[in-house]
Amino acid sequence: MKIKKAAIAGTFESSDITVSIQPNSENEVSIRLKSSVEKQFGDQIKKVILDTLKELDVKSASVGVNDKGALDCVIKARVETAVMRAAEETKFNWKVRN
Amino acid sequence: MYVPGNNPGMVKDAHIYGADSLMFDLEDSVSLNEKDSARFLVYNALKSIDYEGTERVVRINGLDTPFGMEDLEAIVRAQPDIIRLPKTECAQDVIDVEKEIERIESEAGIPVGKTKIMAAVESAIGVMNAYEIATASERLMGIAIGAEDYVTNLKTTRSLDGIELLAGRSHVLLAARAAGIYAFDTVFSDVNNEEGFINEVKLIKQLGFDGKSVINPRQITPVHQIYTPSQKEIDKSVRVIRAAKDAKKKGSGVVSLDGKMVDKPIIERAQRALMLAEASGIRVSEGGNDID
Amino acid sequence: MTLTKNKIGREIPDYIDGIGNLIPYEGLFSFKPAKRKFSKKISSIKPGEGKLVESIKEAIIKTGLKDGMTVSFHHHFRAGDYVLNMVMDVIAEMGIKNLTLAPSSLSTVHEPLIEHIKNGVVTKITTSGIRGPLAEAISKGILDIPVIIRSHGGRARAIEAGDLKIDVAFLGAPSCDDYGNASGCTGKSFCGSLGYAKINAEYAEKVVLITDNLVPYPNVPASIEQNNVDYVVKVDAIGDPKGIASGATRYTKNPRELLIAQYAAEAIEASGYFVPGFSIQSGSGGASLAVARFLREKMIEKDIKASFALGGITGQFVEMQKEGLISKICDVQSFDLIAAKSIGENPNHYEISSSLYANPHNNGCISNKLDIVILSALEVDTDFNVNVITGSDGVIRGASGGHCDTAAGAKLAMIVCPLIRGRIPTVVKKVNTVVTPGETVDVVVTDRGIAVNPLRKDLIDKFKKTKLPVCTIEELQEKAEKITGKPRPIEYGDKIVGIVEYRDGTIIDVIREVK
Repeated sequence: MKIKKAAIAGTFESSDITVSIQPNSENEVSIRLKSSVEKQFGDQIKKVILDTLKELDVKSASVGVNDKGALDCVIKARVETAVMRAAEETKFNWKVRN
Repeated sequence: MYVPGNNPGMVKDAHIYGADSLMFDLEDSVSLNEKDSARFLVYNALKSIDYEGTERVVRINGLDTPFGMEDLEAIVRAQPDIIRLPKTECAQDVIDVEKEIERIESEAGIPVGKTKIMAAVESAIGVMNAYEIATASERLMGIAIGAEDYVTNLKTTRSLDGIELLAGRSHVLLAARAAGIYAFDTVFSDVNNEEGFINEVKLIKQLGFDGKSVINPRQITPVHQIYTPSQKEIDKSVRVIRAAKDAKKKGSGVVSLDGKMVDKPIIERAQRALMLAEASGIRVSEGGNDID
Repeated sequence: MTLTKNKIGREIPDYIDGIGNLIPYEGLFSFKPAKRKFSKKISSIKPGEGKLVESIKEAIIKTGLKDGMTVSFHHHFRAGDYVLNMVMDVIAEMGIKNLTLAPSSLSTVHEPLIEHIKNGVVTKITTSGIRGPLAEAISKGILDIPVIIRSHGGRARAIEAGDLKIDVAFLGAPSCDDYGNASGCTGKSFCGSLGYAKINAEYAEKVVLITDNLVPYPNVPASIEQNNVDYVVKVDAIGDPKGIASGATRYTKNPRELLIAQYAAEAIEASGYFVPGFSIQSGSGGASLAVARFLREKMIEKDIKASFALGGITGQFVEMQKEGLISKICDVQSFDLIAAKSIGENPNHYEISSSLYANPHNNGCISNKLDIVILSALEVDTDFNVNVITGSDGVIRGASGGHCDTAAGAKLAMIVCPLIRGRIPTVVKKVNTVVTPGETVDVVVTDRGIAVNPLRKDLIDKFKKTKLPVCTIEELQEKAEKITGKPRPIEYGDKIVGIVEYRDGTIIDVIREVK
């Protein structure tokens, strides 16, 4: 998917994560991470974000993240939402998700 | 117990409070511009989180909204136990959804028929069509009444004693029983009014409803307590079942207890009481399942 | 530096510069006290002489405070304390350096100490707890000598044995007369019990009382008595009432805390200790207070009354006493307005010193008489060791408090905590820092299950008869990790920034600097 505009998903509540995505002029994926559990899970959070972006075939994006202790499935969900919004897509290809 | 679908804090472990069924909501508790967030969140949660055996229901948006179809495509694939249809008005509403569920199950390699449906009627026309809705599909395991929209549709307001809901509740209950499915009652929104809540649960239990929707963990225990038969009821039921078993052994067609005749409806009520007792974790020595 | 493994497997240095020889923890009551009680020099005052001085500076000069001495404070004003910062600022201005700071505890308001440490005013600290930026700075190694973390009972023990000699105690007094009779029950900065202040007054070489409410002599009954006091200073304000005792402690509505509390109350009911005349202590956290609330219902239902409530007291126990459910309250710290008022008005609500409360080498330690204690935890490990001092990131952020004291004394020591906080598991394989050893912890109650210490087969049997979700502590730890994922282990530096002294003076664990 192609990131066309800036978009944001998630909230600042505990157990949630705010993901904001923008187009990246450098044509790569970059992540700025801020997390309440950075020391313990910083690497894991980045991994989930990168894996999700890869699954969505996003090759270029500038991602800013503010995490309040979200579990992996929540991170994934918020990234998916932000990408869809940033790519201006409304219909997700659920067929590949079984 | 309702779980707002866009709330990760609640979605991640709603099952710890002892609710028998969790209803993840994509509909009225999610704002219009967050329908996509809720969908992805509930989808991912259902796929990764171990809800330890608690029944998982998802209330999707109706197919007449821009969101319903996407909800189905996502949620069926996440394999919840039941999909709840809001604002069901006629049998066709159920048939339309069933068709889509069937299609998605086939595409996804899910055993066709696995995903069950629950229909909520929330309007006068829905209540009038309750029986045709209740019999519209093999997958339809229960029918519920949603009071807020229903009461507005009737052009009145909700009251504590609920007289305005009487016709609707009774009709839905009748339809459920005639169709052989479950009947569920609506939510009680004032979480701080414990006495009012208890009165309502007693009422709907007496009307015959199988269960109640709750919106806060505090409401779970009162429902369980009210639905748990008292020791007196259990003892009486055990004696009834024993009398029926004795009669069967003797080959007698007539069951009597304490000098009174005990006929089939009484025996069935005794069986139901013991079933509820077992479900509450009370050990009952006689189950009564093997009686005619 | 030679390290010795103590009884619970933590490595303790034999000696630390600036502190001396260390004895590793060898078990609950393995260390037997052999000293005599330390005492201060006899001092006297002549008729006509007064104790009132014009300013804090004048008091400091009169006490003869010099470089290298030890000063102490109490923490009854909690986050509303002005006294410590006020006094330390004057000390710093006067150019006094190299002091050992021995407050009963420290909170986030004491952040200005960072500057004093940087400037060499304070070079050593012993306290029950540290929080906020000061704690972070200490975790990063701002002090050369490790802080000594002592429990409330352990601090009293150390003072009475002369292990901790206080040269000057500066004690905030909500009401005080010109001869030094002080009480915590009246005045705009009233705080209730002065339990942690008493031991400073009795054993410090010089005692300065700082008050914003000078009252006519004699201010009796007094918590701090005139014979222990050298100087009295009046200032405008010794604390912020909102930070000292804010209203009444509110009952939690948080469903998770209520769920934990429900399990805990049921476990207590099934434990065999919930009988007429039982005694209880509860922490002040949401879940702990909710346990007391659920127990109250059962006490009314079964007509069971408690003989006494102990510890840090909130309005909840005061209300229960008014209802006739609790006979006596032994109060070492009043947490809210209701408790603070009650101790002044109610003859069955007593003030006790920290020594009587929790000192293991006190011949009447009340903690020994405790039946049930409900405690919280930052972390618990699969050996049931509890950490209440450092977070999951290894940074100091809590207090030892009365945790290890009451766990050792009580017949049933119960930890209540959520299994996971945010994304951080509470139940882990090895806690970052041990404050309370596992052998004193009986039950861990979480929102996802209850674990009983294998040493307590009697409780395991009793809980089998209930519907409580009992499982092993290992199962709890595995469940937590399965949900959160495995956290990255903390990277520690080589420097030891703190030592955790068990209540008997032996060392139970060390705190290392965090990178």
